[in-house]
Amino acid sequence: MFKSVLTSVLFCLASLASLGLPLAQADIKSYEFAEPEMAQRFVDLTTVLRCPKCQNQNLADSGSIIAQDLRKQVQTLINAGQTDRQITDFMVQRYGEFILYDPPFNKATLVLWLAPFGMVLIGLWALWFFGRKTHNQGAMLTPSEQQKLDQLLADNQTPSRD
Amino acid sequence: MNATTKRLLLLLPTLIAFALGIFLYQGIGQDPNKMESSLIGQPLPNFNGQTLLSPSRTVTQVDMLGQAALINVWATWCPTCRAEHEFLVGIAKQDNVRIFGVNYHDQRTAAQQWLQELGNPYVFSVFDPKGVLGIDLGVVGAPETYLIDAKGVVIDKLIGELNERTWPPLRTKYLSLLEETN
Repeated sequence: MFKSVLTSVLFCLASLASLGLPLAQADIKSYEFAEPEMAQRFVDLTTVLRCPKCQNQNLADSGSIIAQDLRKQVQTLINAGQTDRQITDFMVQRYGEFILYDPPFNKATLVLWLAPFGMVLIGLWALWFFGRKTHNQGAMLTPSEQQKLDQLLADNQTPSRD
Repeated sequence: MNATTKRLLLLLPTLIAFALGIFLYQGIGQDPNKMESSLIGQPLPNFNGQTLLSPSRTVTQVDMLGQAALINVWATWCPTCRAEHEFLVGIAKQDNVRIFGVNYHDQRTAAQQWLQELGNPYVFSVFDPKGVLGIDLGVVGAPETYLIDAKGVVIDKLIGELNERTWPPLRTKYLSLLEETN
């Protein structure tokens, strides 16, 4: 029973994989480049550039008209000998920094980049603050209470040493 | 630490939750597709294209200068363009608004027929079947409408339908641009 379920799950995964892979490869192959390494740059660039229309997809994944146009544009620019930097600049100039999946550090993205560090600092402060509080309470024992506590601790430790 | 500070400290999570609530509340109703156009404040890109109606006539960005105008990106496959078309015809005829068209990713005969049937609000439409001008303008999809001044500097951009609700703020800017040039 368990084995048959496992087999069918594996079969489904395998057929899904076989469906997905050739499609993705065919898509890349339909773009021609002067040199083989350019094809890799094309894959890399269309992965880090975001589709301006369908915002949760990159240029490589999206089937929208604008993404198709921009893929062609990336291909043309690569074949024209432009560097990756020149191509991303070209896109940012037209579509804004929004098109980059990796946002640059500037005034608009300041909060985005610094907030995590701020959170960690707040956390550290809280640790220190509340840690200090319990320490203070410990110091607030009266001398007789402290003596009792020491006694209890001493009693507790003695048997375990035997 | 005294009792008052302690009590105030208890309020801290409530305050943080409150601040977060205000921040998140602002996001409600905001269009996540709305984004700043990097072309605003920039001059129109250089282009050279055929007009939709006559393939033999070529136009450039220079043909759009001289007076404040709208540039409307449209296509026959775009339902929202159909919805706003009557409105465009209206403001072109009644208010004499100067509108240029960019016929985006379309077929020439279908687009010509559309203008014949529904009326032509455009001074001319640039025929852009491959979206080349579209990329230089930073077009994301149709319809989009740009407001330019007499020198061809892009002043504002509207993504989506131009209608009774979205036109008034643009109209104010358009009218003040007209006044500047006169």
